[in-house]
Amino acid sequence: MRWLLVKDLQILRRSPLLVAMLVLYPILIAALVGFAVTSGPGKPRVAVVDEVPASQTKINLGGEQVNVADEAKPLFDAIDVVRVKTEAEAIKKVRDGDVLGALILPADITSKLEAATSGTGTSPVVRVYYNAEDPAKQTFVDNTIKARVQEANAALTKKVSRVALSYLNLIGTGGQFNFLGQSFDVLGLQKAEAILRGIQDAQPKSSPLRDQLQPVIRFADLARQNLDLAGPLLQSIGTPIQVDTHIVKGGSTPLGAFAAAIAVAVTLMLVTVLLAAGSLALEREENAFRRLVRGLVSRTGLLVEKIGLAGLCSVLVGLLLLIGLSFFVDLPWGQFHLWLLALIFSAAAFGALGVAFGAITREVRAASLLAFMAALPIAVLGLVPSGAVSSGLYDLIRIISGAFPFRATVDALDSALSHSSGIGTPLLHLALLCLAWLAIARLALRRFA
Amino acid sequence: MALATDSGVLEATGLVKRFGDRVALRDVSLTAHRGELLAIIGPNGAGKTTLLSILAGIQRPDAGSISTGRGEVGWVPQQAAVYSKLTVEENLRLFARLEKRPDVDATVDRMLEQTDLRDRAGDQVQTLSGGNRQRVNIAIGLLSEPEVLLLDEPSAALDPRQRDRLWEFILALAERGTTVIYSTHVVPEAERYGNDVLVLADGEKLFDGPPREFERTVAEECGEELHFEAAFVEFLRHRGH
Repeated sequence: MRWLLVKDLQILRRSPLLVAMLVLYPILIAALVGFAVTSGPGKPRVAVVDEVPASQTKINLGGEQVNVADEAKPLFDAIDVVRVKTEAEAIKKVRDGDVLGALILPADITSKLEAATSGTGTSPVVRVYYNAEDPAKQTFVDNTIKARVQEANAALTKKVSRVALSYLNLIGTGGQFNFLGQSFDVLGLQKAEAILRGIQDAQPKSSPLRDQLQPVIRFADLARQNLDLAGPLLQSIGTPIQVDTHIVKGGSTPLGAFAAAIAVAVTLMLVTVLLAAGSLALEREENAFRRLVRGLVSRTGLLVEKIGLAGLCSVLVGLLLLIGLSFFVDLPWGQFHLWLLALIFSAAAFGALGVAFGAITREVRAASLLAFMAALPIAVLGLVPSGAVSSGLYDLIRIISGAFPFRATVDALDSALSHSSGIGTPLLHLALLCLAWLAIARLALRRFA
Repeated sequence: MALATDSGVLEATGLVKRFGDRVALRDVSLTAHRGELLAIIGPNGAGKTTLLSILAGIQRPDAGSISTGRGEVGWVPQQAAVYSKLTVEENLRLFARLEKRPDVDATVDRMLEQTDLRDRAGDQVQTLSGGNRQRVNIAIGLLSEPEVLLLDEPSAALDPRQRDRLWEFILALAERGTTVIYSTHVVPEAERYGNDVLVLADGEKLFDGPPREFERTVAEECGEELHFEAAFVEFLRHRGH
């Protein structure tokens, strides 16, 4: 038993790649899971530009002072506020991925709100900016902000309704009304009707004034009854604050199409990398490699053939998957040529990555293991949303992720499956990755035989 | 590779090969003539496979040169370099196409005939015995109708009956004019089938000549007549190997 253990340790010591993978892989996965857990759907980081002067945070609603900052508290509690000074700075943060969105509170929000609630102006508008390159992320921020603004609106509506109802009661039944520090007696429709009836009754029966007073009395009666109905109507008044949304970066991909893009990218990655890595390593395991490269086929030609094989298979699988998904998700068939382009470029890049894995590992089982172990972190890194981690770490993740074809594949498929433009950049990225990984594979082939 | 002289279809001169600090071949030269069977023998690590790989053009020597006749040099690696999931015929057809043979069907037909594998043509290679698999391996090396055939331990892992059948096949090739250079661990195979033997040890050529001459050389050194295998062991021991 002891000697077996020593033997196994010796083998491990002489397998530095395996040991490195065994140590680094759990650390990497743990870090990724940690990020996923800590940066889950908690508080989205949102840049806030508060242009409202400190002296104008209160509005007057029917004599009652309402602090708008108090009404906005639920919104600020629901987000991780990153305060910035200007709208341009906020947009830049969204574009750079430092924050998930930006909320602009204009300077005139309180004055407009006061005017709107008194019926003399239009509703104020808060502007929201999103980074729409990840539709899931955009939906998350959109829902969070809109839900909290809706809460604020509901609270304000309640206050407006209460004030409006007190006015209606005053008009209906009469009473005291305070305005600018002075108190006024308001007669009210009820008392006005009673006075008019008294005047009517005091008139001789033949007096024409009795008939003239009758419609005025009926109006006062009807008006009072209808004002009673206005209460419930006021409860359902609209939104005092409007939300105006803008997309800073990315297209307008429906969430379903984005999910389809991710599903196809994951499938492409697994099929292509495994097939390319395995088929190249198989040439060595079958002892055929040296025979082949002895003048029958060049080493680069062999790599290109394996990329072609894996690419062809994965493009077919990708197309079948997209066709299947199109039954459940609305996909733009008019852009079929873009689907094909995205699939071909992605398959080529993943194929090059696969042959590099195959050339480095040199064995089918090791190549398959490496392909599987690498796939998960590559996919997760490619999907870490901007704003979910610190900007420095996010930049590092982007660099690492950019060295693998997954993120570029998602971007290419995202463009192909949505109506947004900009497929050129991810296709160029994929082409460069294909060449780079092909060069690495070619270097690794020097010690392949 | 340059063209060989009239005296040999393959000539190697002053071959040197290093792997880091280790010298695998030290100034090795040889000449092989048409229809000759040249056996390369030596202890493990002597450099036999390295020498054959260089002659086959798979590895480049650090020094020295190789010249060949106008024909091809066929190479048969020690382990069968065939696709186990393909049938015998599919393997032959694939490599015939890669070799750009002018008439693929005729070439495959000829090799099936020569290797006596016609009745197994449709069988996957993974279902064949070791001997038959080695026949397919050699057949692929012969597809280009090479002037010189390099065989790296062709009879390794074969039982005695399979070895006999394999050597019948190789001898027939030599009778038809193919030069065969083979390495072997089975020393009697060098004596029995080789016209010449080349003894390598630690990358150095220690002897090159007919088996009988080798026995005479050892007898002169040791003062007693020994059979070939015993002479080989004594020869190496005498030189510190």
